[in-house]
Amino acid sequence: MKCQQCEKQAVFHITELETGAVREVHLCEDHARAYLNQTEGAGASESTEEGGAGGPLGVGQTAEDLAVLDQKACDMCGITFFEFRNQGRLGCPHDYVHFAKELEPLIANIHGSTEHTGRRPSRFPEPAAGESAAGGTEELTRVIGLRREMKEAIGCEDYEKAKENRDAIRAIEDRWITPARQD
Amino acid sequence: MKLDTLTQSIGEWLRGTGPESDIVMSSRVRLARNVAQYPFVSRATEQDRADIERFLRERIAAVAVGRTLEYIDVGRLEEVDRQFLVERQLISREHADAQGARSVAIDQLEQVSLMINEEDHLRIQCMHSGLDLRGVWEQIKVVDEQIEQVVPYAFHPQFGYLTACPTNVGTGIRVSVMLHLPALVITRQIDKVFRSLHKISLAVRGLYGEGSQAMGDFYQISNQTTLGKSEEELVEQVGDVVPVLIDYERRAREFLVRETEQNVHDQVSRAYGILRTAQTISAEETMQLLSRVRMGVLLGLIGDVKIADINSLLVRTQPAHLQKIRGIELDTKDRNIERARYLRQHFEAGGAAGGASVN
Repeated sequence: MKCQQCEKQAVFHITELETGAVREVHLCEDHARAYLNQTEGAGASESTEEGGAGGPLGVGQTAEDLAVLDQKACDMCGITFFEFRNQGRLGCPHDYVHFAKELEPLIANIHGSTEHTGRRPSRFPEPAAGESAAGGTEELTRVIGLRREMKEAIGCEDYEKAKENRDAIRAIEDRWITPARQD
Repeated sequence: MKLDTLTQSIGEWLRGTGPESDIVMSSRVRLARNVAQYPFVSRATEQDRADIERFLRERIAAVAVGRTLEYIDVGRLEEVDRQFLVERQLISREHADAQGARSVAIDQLEQVSLMINEEDHLRIQCMHSGLDLRGVWEQIKVVDEQIEQVVPYAFHPQFGYLTACPTNVGTGIRVSVMLHLPALVITRQIDKVFRSLHKISLAVRGLYGEGSQAMGDFYQISNQTTLGKSEEELVEQVGDVVPVLIDYERRAREFLVRETEQNVHDQVSRAYGILRTAQTISAEETMQLLSRVRMGVLLGLIGDVKIADINSLLVRTQPAHLQKIRGIELDTKDRNIERARYLRQHFEAGGAAGGASVN
């Protein structure tokens, strides 16, 4: 997506919440800086600069809290919260689990809700109480981390480890992915 | 699928049929889906992207989605061909401009399009001419259910379908209608209308989606939020506002005819005149003038042009279409000359017949 002010790629995706109305702003880094400076100056009385896919700054968060949070990385895809804040895009489905606490206020800001009430994948009906279902998503996202480990192992010529990773990946995929053709 | 065969038709959204098609160009629903065992596209390696593309292509090919689908390897297309698919609204601009393995599957009627490796691994899109959100939703639901049988979608019990951007999480649904609102633009009521739409969490976008400018008085209205409401509720949220907008536009058109008929008649006639006689003309100006002529035809001020023709010209005068039709790559200046020539030939040949004869 292009910046709304120039031809550059938009990297800041800001959702403005103004007395019930939602407005999306897509900007490149330079224009985002100008935009944020301007709204901070003008909108001091209202908390209009909250939210946005790239900047979920909770109220009362100190700079140190934020610095620590920024370093937090997903153990599957490796994306840091800082990278997410910069790009406005998450790295893998597991981020919604790993960063659940941080994402929840942001999601509430964007959607005015944090609970999905729509359709569910039909092959994985409502989970029984206490069961972590989500149709194997949790288990399958482990493959993302294992694939990364396998690559690293190959890089260090640790083929034993790489083979273990590969077998672990196959075991998960065999369990959760149905064959393409159901004859 | 040979892209060249597509130039012969005009695609679903410009067919100009369906309920309320004097104002509602098309109804569209898209679903954002991701495969659980891969990183999202922006974090995927080249190898991941190739694997995701193959995984989805092979699996989708194995299920019946109710239509025969043709695959197009978007990564291998020339730029003009990618642009051509954007102009037909079969892929997004982001998908056209992206890097790495990516493809699109399209059915013959150009109603269903499955984009692989856009912002999300899979973007399912379904589009009908005119106002038919219900019909579109029923169709896309079946496609989604079929794919779901063989693709392990990333899903979270609380957050729903997981997407690369949190703005799409939950249902992953974007319900939109494309409206032609020239009278609201002329009577300067359009901003007021948009402000009230924002207040009820609806987004207004231009012809080519996110970030694009409104061209030729065409606007897309869509839901802003995707979580906390069911798909049906979101379809209704957009659907409920459309009759109101149609009513506003019709009243504005009536007002124009009643109060300023001479003026409006003059405006649309001049627009028609330029389209028939210009020697060089940009895509933007063409769209603007075609928009006015379209309104003139609907108001009965121009008699010898069909709406389907105007719709056809709207897409065929776009840069990539023009180049595909002429079979040669042209720079902007030459395109403007060629576009003017194409328009003159079309109108000289007398509408529908001309559309076919100049191909």
